[in-house]
Amino acid sequence: MYPSRFRYEAPATIEEVIDLLHDGGGEAKVLAGGQSLIPLMKLRFAAPELVVDINRLAGLDYHRVDPDGSIHVGALCRHADLERSVLLSSKQPTMAEAAPLIADPIVRTRGTLVGSLCHADPQGDWAAVVTALGGYVVAQGRDGRRTIPVDEFVSGPFQNVLAYDEIVVEAVIPPPTGTVAGGYLKLERRVGDFATAGSAVALELSGDVVLRAGIALTGVGASTINATNSAAVLTGRALTSEVIGEAADLAAVAAQPKSDHRGSAEYKRHLVRTFVERILTRVTETQQRAA
Amino acid sequence: MTQALDEIKIGGMGASRRRVEDNRFIRGRGNYIDDIVLPGMLHMEILRSPMAHARIRSIDTSKAWDIPGVRLVLTGEMMAARNLAWMPTLSYDTQAVLATDKVRFQGQEVACVIADDPYIAKDGCDAIVVDYEPLPVIVNPTQALATDAPVIRDDKVNQHDNVAFDWEVGDKEGTDRAFEQAHLVSKIKLHYPRSHPSPLECCGSIADFDRATSKLTVYMTSQAPHIVRAAVAMVAELPEHMIRIVSPDLGGGFGNKVPIYPGYVMSILASILTERPVKWIEDRSGNLISTGFGRDVYLDGELALREDGKILAVRMKTTSDHGAFFADAQPSKFKIGLMHSAFACYDIPYAHLSARGVYTTKAPGGVAYRCSFRVTEAMFFQERMVQAAADDLGMDQAEFRRINFVRDDDFPHRTPYGFLTDSGQYAKCLDVGLEAIGYAEFLKEKEEARKRGRLLGIGISTMTEPLGAGNSREYDILGIKMFDSAELRVHMTGKAILRTGAMNQGQGHQTTWAQIVAHELGLPADDITVEEGDTDTAPFGMGTYASRSTPVAGAAVSMVSRKVKAKARKLAAHLLEVSEEDIEWELGRFYVRSARDRGVSIQECAMAAYSNMPDGLEPGLEANAYYDPPNLTWPFGCYIATVEVDPVTGVWDVLRVVAVDDCGVRINPMIVEGQIMGGLTEAYAMANMQFITFDAEGNCVGSNFMDYLIPSAWETPGYELHEVVTPCPHHPIGAKGVGECATVGGPAAFVNAVIDALKGTGVRNIDMPLLPDRVYEALTQKHDVSGAPPVRTDN
Repeated sequence: MYPSRFRYEAPATIEEVIDLLHDGGGEAKVLAGGQSLIPLMKLRFAAPELVVDINRLAGLDYHRVDPDGSIHVGALCRHADLERSVLLSSKQPTMAEAAPLIADPIVRTRGTLVGSLCHADPQGDWAAVVTALGGYVVAQGRDGRRTIPVDEFVSGPFQNVLAYDEIVVEAVIPPPTGTVAGGYLKLERRVGDFATAGSAVALELSGDVVLRAGIALTGVGASTINATNSAAVLTGRALTSEVIGEAADLAAVAAQPKSDHRGSAEYKRHLVRTFVERILTRVTETQQRAA
Repeated sequence: MTQALDEIKIGGMGASRRRVEDNRFIRGRGNYIDDIVLPGMLHMEILRSPMAHARIRSIDTSKAWDIPGVRLVLTGEMMAARNLAWMPTLSYDTQAVLATDKVRFQGQEVACVIADDPYIAKDGCDAIVVDYEPLPVIVNPTQALATDAPVIRDDKVNQHDNVAFDWEVGDKEGTDRAFEQAHLVSKIKLHYPRSHPSPLECCGSIADFDRATSKLTVYMTSQAPHIVRAAVAMVAELPEHMIRIVSPDLGGGFGNKVPIYPGYVMSILASILTERPVKWIEDRSGNLISTGFGRDVYLDGELALREDGKILAVRMKTTSDHGAFFADAQPSKFKIGLMHSAFACYDIPYAHLSARGVYTTKAPGGVAYRCSFRVTEAMFFQERMVQAAADDLGMDQAEFRRINFVRDDDFPHRTPYGFLTDSGQYAKCLDVGLEAIGYAEFLKEKEEARKRGRLLGIGISTMTEPLGAGNSREYDILGIKMFDSAELRVHMTGKAILRTGAMNQGQGHQTTWAQIVAHELGLPADDITVEEGDTDTAPFGMGTYASRSTPVAGAAVSMVSRKVKAKARKLAAHLLEVSEEDIEWELGRFYVRSARDRGVSIQECAMAAYSNMPDGLEPGLEANAYYDPPNLTWPFGCYIATVEVDPVTGVWDVLRVVAVDDCGVRINPMIVEGQIMGGLTEAYAMANMQFITFDAEGNCVGSNFMDYLIPSAWETPGYELHEVVTPCPHHPIGAKGVGECATVGGPAAFVNAVIDALKGTGVRNIDMPLLPDRVYEALTQKHDVSGAPPVRTDN
């Protein structure tokens, strides 16, 4: 468990970070929480020549809700901050349910949401959650900032569309137009295990009617799966058991799981279906109680 | 005037005294192998085979030698030149230290690099080029025994197949006859998957050969340092008195640190060649893929049953997968450990066991992972067979056990396979357990829940197991008889040091041994230092595993204390100016029988041993004692679990766990309870989530803690502990082993509970681990799920 030799830099400004990444010419990696990068380096699966530690950057550890209702998560906001967030628990149920399910308490203390998105592990929970919420990232490079929808951000397993000298400074969830509802369920064999399968559901409702729906799946494909067909059947309709069943079935169809030691492809599809159904049913139960 | 002491106050028997060890452990002041730094120390890293079975065409180490800071590169060829390429295993087989001809499992040691720091050593490993010629891979006994299977052990003369051994025990004819008379024969096929002890601290060593004195000191992670000293003396042909093995604090062992691993041997040779200390610290993957695993046994089990439920005979056929080398750590008489201790708590007239061991291209080991040599498999198979038989008969599972138990008045009792048990109250333990769980109420609740589509289940596992090998007549390892010893030296101020040949690795010997001395001598436990693990100072012992320390070394502690007391009595007589016959003992003091207020404390006797001894009495107050136990100890455990299975996902949650342990007299109840809770957690892990498996290419799945799962506080169930006390009739203080009972008996309770929840679906068995997808498959397909979890390779 000894990494290859590497150069380590810990600059104090974002501009220096970007310059270092630029000079690194594609052989540099950004270190935020390090919960994926460091194990990969210790196993020598990754051997970057340069590690740029961004933990000295000031002002990136925030998460906040803007007046318009959009949620902003800075590049150094830890999972644990989101887990304990009062803001999320009142404003964003899908994120609030996912946060305590990220890995284990030790990982949550150091790991970051933005780092998780950038790492683009198909089994990463946040990618599914942010995809379901229609979120985007803000990337900064030498030419300034640009926004990239998370749906387009991940280009494959462990791959994203960032240029080698770009860094994501924050992730953003757009403002909702209705009442938010939803949730995140996953099966893990043990706390801290990668998900056997997971389903993120994000809804915006007006009364009984779904204004917007997002459904995304964890661990059942080469990258996070945006189950757009499944979400589409919900839009403009009330959550009857028929509608829920239809959405759950389509989510299972969207999944592209592979059989492995966590379970068969068939089982994982079944889980995806079950989780979507359970989250949506729970939403209707909450509605009924409110009524 | 001195007075008899309150035993609990001085930390004697029965005191839940806080663990002395924890003072340093919780402050981060333990002294583990990696904490030791010697001047001029070099670091060793091992290059392991990525292939499971391949001929080595060539190894090119030239680029490694070129790296600045690399001091030595060892290959099999260099080991062979010193006759060290192969070493004996603990089961009379041989094992490669560094591969010469071919590699036989993924992770096998191929070369090692010794360098100024571990980073450079690792760079050196990466620079070695090995040319492999792949050979067919064999990952299970079926493949191994196929007629066209390649011979894995072609290094062995006269080995023409992949059979490691055939072994049998029991009365075959009597068993066959009994089966002919059976009302019903209950059959079941089971697999106990490969698991791994996974101590938190992996293995490691620091070899320090001093050319000036010719002394070899090896700091290493060994549960049995004296056996290592003997083995090094014999294998490396070094004089035994010039070898010092030191086991420092061990971060767990669970059987994993009993064998001698190639890394230790390489570090020793490297130190001899470089004349510098050489440190080897194994990483997690190295530990998981190359060191001693547990289990990996298949069973064909049959019970011959009478109509009223009485078991007439048992027939067991096991096929065990030992990997590339037969390296089980076990008493040499018994090829499949103490598998034949199965059914010891049941009164069964006939039994037969046939065992076949096979070689595969998987890591060797077969260590006793927290069990007394394959007892875990024996008791798991037993309790799964018992439940299946009860179900086949349509009998209540508690009642079925009760009518087959050995009765309390039937001891000593000859077990079905010939062991002699000596004590127990089996039915009482079961009753305590059933009462605690609320058996009758739960059965009703289960019935009601069924009507609403909820699946509840209850599983029982009851067993007595043989702990504390020897006696020396029957138990030896490589010919060395299994006994233990202790040495007690009482200083003049009444403080003492106790040394034993056992080796603590979490059991709390420092705490418990002092309590035994306190019990015997009345010295406060806090006044006694306990030392183990340094072969230059500790008396000989066979080490700590198989729950043998309290039964054997603990007994030696009692006996040595009694020897010291006998001498102290002479000193007391001298001080009190009476004859020895006129002296009585109560805890902590001798007194004159006719005048109870005339007495001297044990501390006063100690002072007299150095300052005022009678003429003709040897000065000092110390003794040593060797203890060869007359029999094993036979603790009993009753474990009951209730579960709820989610019929949609197959996920099962534990509702309650009740454990009733009868381990005889408890020395430190808190430590005993800790052992039981730890054991139950390992049992839960194996039943629920743990396995090591191999894909068709022989790649190990389970080579890190992301794949090989250790349950955390989040999923570990709560435990309700109860006790029954039947003192061991032959142990000096009535204690029995306990460290492994719950690991041994626990798994069947969880599995039986899940199978019970599925009753009526046609599912009779799901092999461990009962992962949700396997339970789901059983539920939806309505069939048994057998064998190791597959590494599926669709699309």
